[in-house]
Amino acid sequence: MKAGVVVFPGSNCDRDALHAIGLAGAEPVALWHEDADLHGAEIVILPGGFAYGDYLRAGVLARFSPIMGAIRDHAARGGLVLGICNGFQVLAEAGLVPGALLRNASMRFEHRWVRLTVERRDTPFTNLVPPGMTLRLPVAHGEGCFTLPDREMATLEARSGVLFRYAQPEGNPNGSERDIAGVLNARENVCGLMPHPERASEEILGSDDGLLLLRSLVESAAASRQPAVGAAA
Amino acid sequence: MTALEVAESHIVASPIGDHAALPASPPLHRALGLTDHELDEIRARLGRDPNDLELAMFSVMWSEHCSYKSSRALLRNLPTAGTDVVAGPGENAGVVRIGDGLAVAFKLESHNHPSAVEPYQGAATGVGGILRDIFTMGARPIAVLDALKFGDPSTSRTRHLVRGIVRGVGGYGNCVGVPTVGGELVFDPSYEQNPLVNVMAIGILEERHLTLARAPGPGNLVVLFGSTTGRDGIGGASVLASATFGEGSAAKRPTVQVGDPFAEKLLIEASLELIEAGLLEGLQDLGAAGITCAASESADRAGTGITVDLDAIPRREEGMAPFEVMISESQERMLATVRPDRLDAVVAVCRRWGLPAAVIGRVTDDGAVTVVEGGLDGEGRPLAAARVLARIPTSALTSDAIMYEREGRPPVRSRPAPAPGVPVSAQDGLPERGMDPGAVLLALLGDPNVASRAWVTTQYDATVGTDTVAGSGSGAAVLRIKGTTKALVAATDANARVGALDPYLGAVIAVAECSRNVALTGARPLGVTNCLNFGDPERPEAFWQLQEAVRGLGDACLALGLPITGGNVSLYNESAAGGSIAPTTQVGVVGLLDDVASRVGPGFQAPGDIVGLLGDTAPGLAGSIYAEHAGTAPDDRLAEVDLVREADLQRFLISAAAARSLRSARDLSSGGLAVALAKSCLTGDVGADVQILVAAPPAVELFGEGPSRVLISVDPARWDEVAAGAARQGIPLRRLGEVGGERLRIRLSGEGATGAAEERGATVADDVDESLVVLRHAWDAGLPRALGEEA
Repeated sequence: MKAGVVVFPGSNCDRDALHAIGLAGAEPVALWHEDADLHGAEIVILPGGFAYGDYLRAGVLARFSPIMGAIRDHAARGGLVLGICNGFQVLAEAGLVPGALLRNASMRFEHRWVRLTVERRDTPFTNLVPPGMTLRLPVAHGEGCFTLPDREMATLEARSGVLFRYAQPEGNPNGSERDIAGVLNARENVCGLMPHPERASEEILGSDDGLLLLRSLVESAAASRQPAVGAAA
Repeated sequence: MTALEVAESHIVASPIGDHAALPASPPLHRALGLTDHELDEIRARLGRDPNDLELAMFSVMWSEHCSYKSSRALLRNLPTAGTDVVAGPGENAGVVRIGDGLAVAFKLESHNHPSAVEPYQGAATGVGGILRDIFTMGARPIAVLDALKFGDPSTSRTRHLVRGIVRGVGGYGNCVGVPTVGGELVFDPSYEQNPLVNVMAIGILEERHLTLARAPGPGNLVVLFGSTTGRDGIGGASVLASATFGEGSAAKRPTVQVGDPFAEKLLIEASLELIEAGLLEGLQDLGAAGITCAASESADRAGTGITVDLDAIPRREEGMAPFEVMISESQERMLATVRPDRLDAVVAVCRRWGLPAAVIGRVTDDGAVTVVEGGLDGEGRPLAAARVLARIPTSALTSDAIMYEREGRPPVRSRPAPAPGVPVSAQDGLPERGMDPGAVLLALLGDPNVASRAWVTTQYDATVGTDTVAGSGSGAAVLRIKGTTKALVAATDANARVGALDPYLGAVIAVAECSRNVALTGARPLGVTNCLNFGDPERPEAFWQLQEAVRGLGDACLALGLPITGGNVSLYNESAAGGSIAPTTQVGVVGLLDDVASRVGPGFQAPGDIVGLLGDTAPGLAGSIYAEHAGTAPDDRLAEVDLVREADLQRFLISAAAARSLRSARDLSSGGLAVALAKSCLTGDVGADVQILVAAPPAVELFGEGPSRVLISVDPARWDEVAAGAARQGIPLRRLGEVGGERLRIRLSGEGATGAAEERGATVADDVDESLVVLRHAWDAGLPRALGEEA
């Protein structure tokens, strides 16, 4: 099972994601942004960081990278895609998940540990999370305030597209509407979230709750076995 | 007209031999910050008059910042030897072996003056500069710690500086993806005009990839890669970092460099890829004095020379004069020495990361830095039509640069105040007479120098890299090393309040406290880096402070068996009104923990655990936070340091951690025992009930500060073992009480206690009895309130 992690210039959680997805049981593969080939990856992770420096707006340039075409095709075939932090911003800019991520309400970068409720356990991203469990993960971002026009928000909620919400006691770190921390696309094979599961994948780092999400992803992909185009393996 | 404008208007590219008459007033060398004596010294080294470009190159290389001309003679005496030291002072960063074929690179550096002028960019480029020092050596940066010092937090200037500097540190570190895991934040009136921004960076490398800043092999190519060269930061080192501030510091803003963390991130990846592929003969980053410094230092270290092809340097703006190109401090640039047959491979890696790379010169065997306009031939010789604009022996710019034996004289009047700016008066209202110790504890916990740093640290990404086991707020940061059971532990400390009273003791205490903070986790300290922040070395009193601090630094490191692996000196830290900052010896220590699972943290753990105090150094009130609140009495004194006992204490802590017999360990620092107890409760989110026997006024025992004391908590089943171990090593251990409940209760007993209470007509001593909720509120609210940043 190969899991690809995209490396944009300015990605800085790519190595972390490669390490953690390996712990989750996948064979990690780095995917270069200029290369329009997934090299047999059945899971694609867009990692955190500051792709292209994020000088214009987070994620806005990365969506034009050659790799994004391959990821779009992969998603259209039902392949699994996870965008974390800056990766979520890129997915949102590319229209692969709904919503936009604005500057944090505090107008400051916010790094802190938060707690998440898992709204659904019947998705490929969360099916190993035990019922009733909340997740403890860190956030680290300047632009994580999730927003959506009212009508689209209603649609998102109606189709149960919200996968994670910030919960007490730490609460909402960035002012996101409806405490939304992570969402699904309509087909439910693409997920974007602001907190970092890859940073909470080992007990020694303070939490291994994130590993449940990554393992769900790997096991779901194995179960559905989507052969990717151009798979060399 | 500023010095820069004068310099700019007079420097023309005059070839050697063409000595256009220097203007009579003011002479160019003075406009560039060189003295008449220094001009004579330059003439002696060249055997002729320098031309204007050469003078500009000398002016930056002979600046205090680049040449260490006032401090070099002192620093020579510091202990630097250590069996595991792979690279020491003089290299970009110290490197120490840690086993498994790995080594750690670390260094502390200042960016004080740029941050005072332009806080965001000054701090950001401070982070960028120290990170480059780390990856230049082939190490991947894994952590940053920042030590920040400001004046009064209630003034608008301080608030502007705090906001900008914190954002700058975060803005750069967060973007390059290196976690900021610790540091210091200190407010002291002496920093009002001159804040300190000291940044420490740590990296890990495979020892076989160690790369030095050398330019060996005549005939090799000199390749500049990274950002293009512009007019930013011209004279940053000489104009900003090597003189005191006068009026009109804003006019110096163009001398501050501008940072691009995105470019730095690409530079890190490209540099490490080039090093790991074995494509480079040497690598040097460009910092102060730009290409001039990088070229002359790397050639001098290798015993070679470099001929620079001025036209080949990629620029970001038109019409730059030769001196601007040669001393520009444009950020995010690297100078590599490359064998001709490897050039294509090097350029390919740079291109892949989107970085411009250009061959800008050749390594020569003539021992000189030569600047040529008009091109070089295939062998690196100037073309027939080319002009030589400058030719200077490399040693004259670097190892043989001017050096001073400055005069040091102790101050006539020893300063009895606990800190500059605090009134010297034994007030009748001293809390030790009839105080409510609980109220004092809350006041100290909410003091901006003690309170929770969360307002700052939440602006820093501390978990990127997935190595952070313990970050800010832990005394020392713990970073696991992937693929091993080991962890690196790092801390940075200074004690300016003691330093202001006694610079020698201030330095000794900084080394002792910093290494103790590392040892508390169970890690063995490996080495010391430092940043000496002092005033104008031309003032005998300020130079004496530097002399004393260096002496203290050396004595402490020798006694604790710690090699000094590198450091940095920042002088001329003075206010416009005169008067230097509190002498600030900032120390950074890195240690190695063999088994990260045995790490000891600072917070109380389980109800029922026994609370104990290791060490019996008598604390003092002088230089304490308490004294800052209460004023000082004439009999207040500084605590003394016994470095032999300190070494014993650290050895005991390390062995106790390895035996896993401690539940928690915390250094007693600002605010003394009572504040340490409160912080251990808050960190562990559990209360404690302790009893303290006081023979003297309780303020000394509760809030007095002194070195070599550690608060521990121990599983009751292990207490006897710990007590026996401490006794064997001759370390006093007092049992204070127990962990448990949701309150901190400190009961006072003994003569001193009743004396204090009787004065108010009470029959029993006051206890401290505060709920965790109240303590936490004081601790959490202190800093945002002091800065006017309450949510």
